[in-house]
Amino acid sequence: MTTKIQVRSVSKRFGDVEVVSNVSFSVGEGELLGLLGPSGSGKTTVLRIIAGLESPTTGDIFLDGLRVNDVPVQERNIGFVFQHYALFKHMTVFENVAFGLKIKRRSKADVRARVAELLELMGLSGLTDRYPRQLSGGQRQRVAIARALAPRPRVLLLDEPFGAVDAQVRQELREWLIRLHHDLNVTSLFVTHDQEEAMEVSDRLIVFSKGHVDQIGTPAEVYEEPATEFVARFIGSMNIVEAEVKGGLARVRELEFPVPHADDGRRIRIGFRPYYVKISEDPLHFRQHARLRHIYFLGVAYRLEIETDTGLIFRSRMNKEEFRQRRFEVGQRVSYAITQFRVLPEDQGAGYSSRPLAEGPLTP
Amino acid sequence: MKRVLIAVVWGYFALLLIGPVAYVCAQAFDGGVPAFWNEVTKPEAVHGFWLTAKITLIVVVANVAFGTATALVLARQRFRGQTFFSGLIDLPFAISPVITGFMLILLFGPGTILGAFFGTMDVKILYAVPAMVLVTLFVTFPFVVREVTPILQAVGTDSEEAARTLGASEWQTFLRVTLPAIRWGVIYGATLTIARAIGEFGAVLVVSGNILLLTQTATLHIYQSYVDFNYLGAYAVAVVLLSISFMILMLLEVAKARSADASGAEPVSP
Repeated sequence: MTTKIQVRSVSKRFGDVEVVSNVSFSVGEGELLGLLGPSGSGKTTVLRIIAGLESPTTGDIFLDGLRVNDVPVQERNIGFVFQHYALFKHMTVFENVAFGLKIKRRSKADVRARVAELLELMGLSGLTDRYPRQLSGGQRQRVAIARALAPRPRVLLLDEPFGAVDAQVRQELREWLIRLHHDLNVTSLFVTHDQEEAMEVSDRLIVFSKGHVDQIGTPAEVYEEPATEFVARFIGSMNIVEAEVKGGLARVRELEFPVPHADDGRRIRIGFRPYYVKISEDPLHFRQHARLRHIYFLGVAYRLEIETDTGLIFRSRMNKEEFRQRRFEVGQRVSYAITQFRVLPEDQGAGYSSRPLAEGPLTP
Repeated sequence: MKRVLIAVVWGYFALLLIGPVAYVCAQAFDGGVPAFWNEVTKPEAVHGFWLTAKITLIVVVANVAFGTATALVLARQRFRGQTFFSGLIDLPFAISPVITGFMLILLFGPGTILGAFFGTMDVKILYAVPAMVLVTLFVTFPFVVREVTPILQAVGTDSEEAARTLGASEWQTFLRVTLPAIRWGVIYGATLTIARAIGEFGAVLVVSGNILLLTQTATLHIYQSYVDFNYLGAYAVAVVLLSISFMILMLLEVAKARSADASGAEPVSP
């Protein structure tokens, strides 16, 4: 896979605030890559720097192996899709999509053919002569994508592309983006703060926090092996406890986690996903005891919240079928076990380490 | 209560606006249409109309160009002293036109460096058209800026940035994206400028010297006719200016509605 975009040690300051610190990553030809992070984590700024809408304070951007720091926006040949569509309000759908082609002085016939092709692809064929104000949010965003794709950009950059449409349309647009990417195979980079969206759509994810890259990996890697505590908390749900290591065991109240490689006296943080917390209504089934505080129905599963006898609060997840076979009631005494855990790496702030310190199953 | 209120508003409106206008029109045609026509086609009157038109044209062109440029700088750039600069733009509204005229006389008088400089170049500024254009520019400067700046701020930079990513240069972006978005605001500002330029009296009187057939605009002609007891002449020319103002007012309404469309929130989509 040839490298399409390379971001090398890029930092960006706005006045005294460093919004992007020493970010490096590369994107391969044809990849669909998600930049994920909470708002203010610098992901949109990175996207704008790649496009040339901002210039990096330090660091370099390469497109197709060429350094483009000094190439102005209009000569970078990238497609950019804005969160709020940014359509030209005084132009029809046709004129919007044709804009980039007309600027590049393509012949009238070429323009007409290319616009028709894209509108067809986007399912917008009947809306050629409409103005943006006459379209729904989902239609506007598809016009924006068609407009960005029309001049055949070498990469497509999307900034929170589905942030401004409602939940149902968002789901449709996501599936549609995956299909579109599959059909056109244009290298695409999109920014989102929605971890579910990022996991579903991306080939690979880049997780941002506070201007740093915390982790780069496939959705499965990032989910199963979070490189930092921030990633663990941000992607999916995780129970986290702090424990002190003594004789190869991390202890916190009644719980003991075997950590053979950790030094004595160190304080470490241990995380476990809700589905590794097993609960039984039989008080003798597992060794540890708790009280059931809340039951939440999530549609496909249930979330149970327990408070242990020593006052720790954990979330557990149970699929619907299993839950239906049991008899749980709020306030009930239950027994529980943690079947898997991981020692969370400390947040170093800069860079990322790809491997956690230890991991292992626990016997109930 | 409601009816009383409506009656009061109508009464006030009639007393203040309709009455005087109707009276001026009645007086203008007191001697019949031929007398009216005779007054408005007198060489002094015709010269006045021409001078007013000339000054207005120059002022509108300059105001649209520099007003739009100033609005772009105010809305899109960040610089030291911006708040102060922005506040200063309204200064012409706050200063009496007569004072504006005197400021120009002090600036270009024969005793000043500027005055002496233009004097040696043999260019007449004061008591000539250049000074009249300058004061009119000064009093009308805020109109275009004040109309266009908020529209630029409301429109935002997203669509301009989109145009740039699609390969448009800054100039192409301005012509194809920015200008269409603000055009009704520009037209609205230009219309206000025209109305004010045609009607300006105080500042122009001070710097023009009110020289017959040389620096006498239409408003100055009205004033001069009145002072010379030629009431019919004053009323007749006044009626012509009134009609022009009325047409501009109608144009203004159209521009205002369109500009509200352009800057306002997008209509809810179906």
